[in-house]
Amino acid sequence: MTETTDDESQNTPADGPGDAASPAASDAEPLLRVRGLMRHFPITKGLLKRQVGAVQAVDGIDFDVYPGETLGVVGESGCGKSTMGRLITRLDEPTGGSIEFEGKDITHLSTGRLRPMRRDVQMIFQDPYGSLNPRHTIGGIIGTPFRLQGVEPEGGVKKEVQRLLELVGLSPEHYNRYPHEFSGGQRQRIGIARALALKPKLVVADEPVSALDVSIQAQVVNLMDDLQDELGLTYVIIAHDLSVIRHVSDRIAVMYLGKIVELSDRASLYASPLHPYTKALLSAVPVPDPKRRTERDRILLKGDVPSPINPPSGCRFRTRCWKATEVCTTTEPPLVALRTGHQVACHHPEPVTGEPAAAGGAGGKESTGGHA
Amino acid sequence: MTAPIETTGAAAQAQPEAVLQGVETKRIEGRSLGRIALLRFRRDKVAVVGAIVVILLIAIAALSRPIQALLGLDPDAPQQSLIDPNTTLPKGDMGGMSLDHPLGVDPKFGRDLLARVLEGSWVSLIVAFGATLLSVAIGTVMGVIAGFYRGRVDAVISRLMDVFLAFPLLLFAIAISASLQGGAFGLTGLPLHLSVLIFVIGFFNWPYMGRIVRAQTLSLREREFVDAARGMGARGPFILFRELLPNLVGPIVVYSTLLIPSNILFEAALSFLGVGIQPPQASWGGMLNQAVKYYEVDPQYMLVPGIAIFVTVLAFNLLGDGLRDALDPRSR
Repeated sequence: MTETTDDESQNTPADGPGDAASPAASDAEPLLRVRGLMRHFPITKGLLKRQVGAVQAVDGIDFDVYPGETLGVVGESGCGKSTMGRLITRLDEPTGGSIEFEGKDITHLSTGRLRPMRRDVQMIFQDPYGSLNPRHTIGGIIGTPFRLQGVEPEGGVKKEVQRLLELVGLSPEHYNRYPHEFSGGQRQRIGIARALALKPKLVVADEPVSALDVSIQAQVVNLMDDLQDELGLTYVIIAHDLSVIRHVSDRIAVMYLGKIVELSDRASLYASPLHPYTKALLSAVPVPDPKRRTERDRILLKGDVPSPINPPSGCRFRTRCWKATEVCTTTEPPLVALRTGHQVACHHPEPVTGEPAAAGGAGGKESTGGHA
Repeated sequence: MTAPIETTGAAAQAQPEAVLQGVETKRIEGRSLGRIALLRFRRDKVAVVGAIVVILLIAIAALSRPIQALLGLDPDAPQQSLIDPNTTLPKGDMGGMSLDHPLGVDPKFGRDLLARVLEGSWVSLIVAFGATLLSVAIGTVMGVIAGFYRGRVDAVISRLMDVFLAFPLLLFAIAISASLQGGAFGLTGLPLHLSVLIFVIGFFNWPYMGRIVRAQTLSLREREFVDAARGMGARGPFILFRELLPNLVGPIVVYSTLLIPSNILFEAALSFLGVGIQPPQASWGGMLNQAVKYYEVDPQYMLVPGIAIFVTVLAFNLLGDGLRDALDPRSR
């Protein structure tokens, strides 16, 4: 079922003028192509390690990432978004599906064969305190990728590291310092400098700012934005914060319990979400204006996310969905495009109204033109 | 608000957040965790005293023979003139204390106790250090392997550690020492006894070290910086030696320092039981063994090696505790 999704999205006639903001509409080759990606963590029991079940952290997801774009991934805790990030950077091995990077299948490559690819795919980690080795100097940490990949930058490693430090807004004088001498925001900059050291094509950021103060979050997010423009990076940014995602993303994937339930360009998603879950998520974003607060309905989801060990049949969201009907328990909804560049997996999507571009301009809190 | 991106700008024009120290021309030198630990250690007076005593003891042990020569003392020279032939006890008060023999002489032979304690110090320390080194070497390798590779490897090594910990060590030590008394591996006499002691104590103590290292490795390997290294293409050995081992040095140093006093006690116990260092070679445990027969009439004899052991063990323990507080402040 999942295999057909891509074809459908391409075959669906565009009902309106092409949306320039959506790279899916263009015919560029995707940098990263993910099909039916699965990661089940086995649950074993007893002395013989008999497998009694599996945590279906990621259970068959498809998406493409195009050069130069930012794909935001949102979802509740435990929906599998971090696992997805570890899979596409191949820190973890998928149990099913395929990952293609620049047309090359990297799904099951060994550590040694992955090595060349490591140069092009880098990761920014969530915890700026855990991601830097406390025993190494900043120079050592940022210089490690050169050492591991056997790259000798022009002018030597030290000079290049100092250039990178400047690039992320730190002083080159910090070369000999240790991570514990820096604040959280500075450490995250160091993590970014390390990720960018080898001039990667794809950077996967797993909750890059969620451990930081809100004021620092903006700095780091803007830094990542500027670096993208300057270096032509492609981002996959994983976050649970919808306002961060909205700020940075060109396209957004919404995950629920190991599945992508909605995949759309930003304007269309925020203006008119099609999946009930996305609608509920967006309605939960705090509105700082009390006048506007009363204008909208807050959708409160009942209950907790079901266990990924034993997910509900059919649509996984049906246990908490106010629209659920018989068909939702029996058939799993495929991810199909209902609008240009707007895919949704739901039997009862919100009515498709208007054009995303127009609606996006009306409802956007931030200027939607911020992302050229 | 964002970082200035132009790289052509003057250096150190970073934003305020990044500038911790003024934009002076003086070179910013990072303070490593080791230097910070040293500063923290120096504030701990008790530990500093322990460290000074330990350094003194090591110096004394290393220079034990020259000091004896300097004082004109011989630990093995019997001096029957100092012994009362009727009681076999030293002549005079306090176990025969005199200017010539500041700590007195031992009963029956009249050998100088200061010389014998000095002689025993290097024996004690060499056995304790050797055994600790052996335990640490085996324990670190096994612990790191078990913690890093987990799964079946870990299960095998962990059960092996359980077996070693359940082993009746004292009985084994007595048996092996007794059976090797005649000489083995081309060694006889003192070198043989030293090697047997180091082997027995070191080889059966490694699981303590192994468990600590394994536990630390298990927690360290889940840290994000290990993922970061793997994400850059690092393989097992690089992660082990470059990322994990530097973080293991602290606990290893601390627990080695705490293992030394327990090994000193163990050496003394084995010598006391007569299966360690053999007479006439002086050793603290051996002296205690002899002193037991005289403790009612010549308590001085027992006090001398007893205090030597006590001071040494206490000093190493104080140093170890201080190091633990300095190197791993969270464990307090």
